[in-house]
Amino acid sequence: MKNPIEALNKIFDSRIRLGVMSVLIVNDSISFNELKQLLELTDGNLASHLNTLEQAQYLKVQKSFIGKKTNTTYILTELGRHAFKAHLDALEKMIKGI
Amino acid sequence: MNKQEEQLNALNDIKKLMDRSSRFISLSGLSGVFAGFTALVGAYLAQREIASYMNGTYTYGSSIEDLEFNLLKIGFGVLLVALIGGLLLTLRQSRKKNLPFWDRTTKNLLLNLAIPLVSGGLFIIALLLVHPGTYGLIAPSCLVFYGLALINASKYTYTDIRFLGFCEIILGLIAMFNIGYGLYFWAIGFGVLHIFYGMLMYFKYERGN
Repeated sequence: MKNPIEALNKIFDSRIRLGVMSVLIVNDSISFNELKQLLELTDGNLASHLNTLEQAQYLKVQKSFIGKKTNTTYILTELGRHAFKAHLDALEKMIKGI
Repeated sequence: MNKQEEQLNALNDIKKLMDRSSRFISLSGLSGVFAGFTALVGAYLAQREIASYMNGTYTYGSSIEDLEFNLLKIGFGVLLVALIGGLLLTLRQSRKKNLPFWDRTTKNLLLNLAIPLVSGGLFIIALLLVHPGTYGLIAPSCLVFYGLALINASKYTYTDIRFLGFCEIILGLIAMFNIGYGLYFWAIGFGVLHIFYGMLMYFKYERGN
C-alpha cells in the first residue's frame, strides 16, 4: 500500500503557506496588507512565505500604485489551485483512512 | 494518532481563514431584532396616520399629498433609526470578536446588498412619481427587492440570510395578490421576520461564543 503522506504537498507543510492558499482560494485577489492582517504576521515573515509560493508558481504577484504607494496584490494560479485541491484531498483521505 | 489531530487542526484553520476572509461575520442578530421592532413601531404609526385620514380627522384642507408626506417621513425615520441601531450593534460585535469592522468583507456585503436595493428604491420612486394610483404596489415591491438583496448578499455573510431572503420574496409575492393589505405584509416582512431571524442568529452565533 502507498504511504498516504506522500500525497501531501511539502510546500503546504507550513501553516502560514496553507493559510495564504486558503485565503486566496476564496478571494479573486488580495493585497499584502490584507493578508498580513488576516494571518497576523510580520512583514518579513509573510514575505518569505509568499516568495516560496511564488517560486512554486502557485501564485502571481501584481504591483500597482495607489497614489504614490505601491500596492501589491496576489492571485492564485491554475497550478496553485490544483495543488491546493490535491493537498486537501490527500488530507481528507488520510483522516478517513486512519 | 497525533498526526491525525494535527491534520484536523490544519483543516479547521483552512476553514476559518476561508470564512474570515470572504464573509462578514460581525453581523449582529440583535441588530435584526432592533430593526424589527423599529419597523413594527413605524407600521403602527403609519396605520394610525392612515386611519385618521380615512376618518376625516385630518384638518381642513389637508389632501392625500399630506398623508403621503407624513407616511414618507415615518418611512425615512424608521430606516434611519434601524440603520443607526444596526450599525452600532454590529460595531460592538466586531469589537467583541476582535475583527476589523471595515474590510473587504464589509465592502463586498454592502455592495451586493446595494445592487438590488438601489434598483428597488428607484423602481419604487418611479411608482410614486410617475405612476399615480399605484401605491398598492409599494409594499410588495419593497419586500421582493429586499428579499433579492438578501439572497444576493448571503454569499458574503452568514448563509442563514439566504433563507430570510426567500421568505421576504414569498411574502412580497403574496402581498402582490392581496393589494390593500400592504402595510400588514410590510409589518410581517420587516418587523416580525426580522425579530424572528435576529433572535435565531443571536442564539446560534452569539450566545456562548
